[in-house]
Amino acid sequence: MKKLLEVNNVSKTYGDYKALNDVSLSINKGSVFGLLGPNGAGKTTLIRIINQITMPDTGSVILDGEPLKPEHIKYIGYLPEERGLYKTMKVGEQALYLAQLKGLSKQEARQRLKYWFDRLDIGDWWDKKIQELSKGMAQKIQFVVTVLHNPKLLIFDEPFSGFDPINANLIKDEILKLRDDGATIIFSTHRMESVEEMCDHIALINRSNKILDGRLVDIKREFKNNTFEIGLITPDHNNTTSLLKEKFEMFPANFKSINDELQYQIKIPDGHSPNELIGYLTSLGQLTHFVEVIPSASEIFIQTIQKN
Amino acid sequence: MNHLLLIMKREYLTKVKNKSFIIMTFLSPLLFVGIFALVAYLSNLNNDTVRTVNVMDESGLFMEEFVSSSQLQYKIVFDTTLDEAKKDAEENQVYGLLYIPKTEDLGALSRGITFYSKDSPSLSTIGSINNMLEKKINALKLREAGIDSEIIKKLHIKISANQETFGGQETSKLGSGLKLAFGGAAGYLLFMFIIIYGNMIMRSVIEEKTSRVIEVIISSVKPRLLLLGKILGTTLAGLTQFMIWVVLIFILMAVASSVFGIDTAAASPSQQMLEQSVDGGAQKMVHDLMLEINNLPILNLIIMFILFFVGGYLLYASLYAAVGAAVDSETDTQQFMMPILMPLMLAVYVGVFTVIDNPHGTVSQVFSYIPFTSPVVMLMRIPFGVPLWQQLISIVILFLTFFGTVWFAAKIYRVGILMYGKKPTYKELFKWLKY
Repeated sequence: MKKLLEVNNVSKTYGDYKALNDVSLSINKGSVFGLLGPNGAGKTTLIRIINQITMPDTGSVILDGEPLKPEHIKYIGYLPEERGLYKTMKVGEQALYLAQLKGLSKQEARQRLKYWFDRLDIGDWWDKKIQELSKGMAQKIQFVVTVLHNPKLLIFDEPFSGFDPINANLIKDEILKLRDDGATIIFSTHRMESVEEMCDHIALINRSNKILDGRLVDIKREFKNNTFEIGLITPDHNNTTSLLKEKFEMFPANFKSINDELQYQIKIPDGHSPNELIGYLTSLGQLTHFVEVIPSASEIFIQTIQKN
Repeated sequence: MNHLLLIMKREYLTKVKNKSFIIMTFLSPLLFVGIFALVAYLSNLNNDTVRTVNVMDESGLFMEEFVSSSQLQYKIVFDTTLDEAKKDAEENQVYGLLYIPKTEDLGALSRGITFYSKDSPSLSTIGSINNMLEKKINALKLREAGIDSEIIKKLHIKISANQETFGGQETSKLGSGLKLAFGGAAGYLLFMFIIIYGNMIMRSVIEEKTSRVIEVIISSVKPRLLLLGKILGTTLAGLTQFMIWVVLIFILMAVASSVFGIDTAAASPSQQMLEQSVDGGAQKMVHDLMLEINNLPILNLIIMFILFFVGGYLLYASLYAAVGAAVDSETDTQQFMMPILMPLMLAVYVGVFTVIDNPHGTVSQVFSYIPFTSPVVMLMRIPFGVPLWQQLISIVILFLTFFGTVWFAAKIYRVGILMYGKKPTYKELFKWLKY
């Protein structure tokens, strides 16, 4: 898989405060990369370095095989978390201005804007001022402005904030479509369900250090601990529970069901297989539910940060 | 370069298309001229009222002197006591009562003259009465001493030394006034321009911060370019406004003076001077004036005006932009405005007090080298003739400092525009320079 972006041993210090400590990342072309971490971990600093807003103290950033340089600005689209538009400017004028700053010609920008405005069904906002629009409407404009110049690398910092679920879905689909068309996406968010849905790859930054990095499926595989969620109908629940508790490490479980059954999470001891568990359980009663517990991104996030 | 033009264009257009900017552009001259016309009209109105003064002259020496004018009418009262005359004056609501007692000698007489009135009389009225009495008593005293007043008149001589530089250039007091006017106008213009448009730049920087658009912009252009574009764009908008003001004020002044029949120049001293020396002197005066204007280093003045104006304005504008970047809202700017306004005020005070007094004194010279005061002070000095090398040194210092402040402002700006929340202290600002 070809790399689009490589961050090599980047450090950045503000006065006495170390914002990034020797962070390295590599991002595959055409992937959605989740950049995660608690507030103040250093994500924004890293994103600003990639955008050349700030320079790293040490380390280097390689975009598509070349060290980062000013001309690269036009290959990157950035939707910052702290975003906004000029309130008194008209939507169309403003979008044209921002597109031209990214190096598009006026005609080109106008054509592409027309395409996007029609696509998102916002064509009749052209002559409105931003202050007349709602927050969600302004966010749509902001999204269009970010992707207008067809950047190779798109960086979205909390792209869904301010959107209702319908529009959030719309934007999500647009982002995935951009990926399918060949763009690479860095995605920074605290909404773990969107990480789950969209990211192929994640990196976790905590207190200026990268503490986790890899494909989401690999990480999940690494974090799962042979635990299964079971539902079991038995003649005597209490008896069965004490029997099971003698043999296994058990955790309470709670899932929706139409039966009146025992619900537990059971950890299989090392050296045993799920099949053995199934065999044992069916000997005790009627097995109605058997699912492997896969840690969610949110659980991985919390676990890793707490362990650190 | 392309980006710089784009930014300038946006800054310029948003300023110029702004409603309050348009309103201010066209309303200010109207207000200015309107107030001026109003004041002129009111003071005319004020002078139109006729004041009546009752005169009770027991000495009988001044009877022929009281000649009524259009604004001041005298009414001589006879055969009455002082108390009755006072009562009478009060009842008839005349402006006042002038009482001249009958005494042995003129000395006692002059001490005994009293003016009675309801309120304290206007300075101009009492002044003209005093003046008239003084002249008469003076003449009487001269006669008493046996001196012919004609001789005194002949003895009286007025000296106005001819002024000439060593180089043989004729100068005059009139010329000094003119130079002062030129220098003062240039300095004051710069001062106003810095305050008005410096603030505008600051607000525009703050606006980008509060609307949070700044991070989007600087992911496309370098902060330094943005800063430069903002300063230049706003300056052009400012120049546009200034030009319109100047033109409008001239037009409106002309219209106002013809419509209201107000002689706007009536109050200016030069006009009075011209009137006083009407016979024979006037022509020489006009000739002198033309000569003086010709003698002014016009070309030097214009070139230096542009250089100092640009340099001084940009110097302060970059500081204003830095302040805008450091804070979150306009209310937080106070603390940082002081260090900017102080040297500016100092420049104006030095200009007004020391340059007028002695354009080439040590204080004036020193302040015309210090870059934060030099634009105003040097502009005021140049009409009095400053050697070219001094001007050049001052310009060089000014522009070097300008590059320094732009560097400083750009540093503060780069860091400040991305900082939200707490208002920074000076210590933190200093730290930002090292980021």
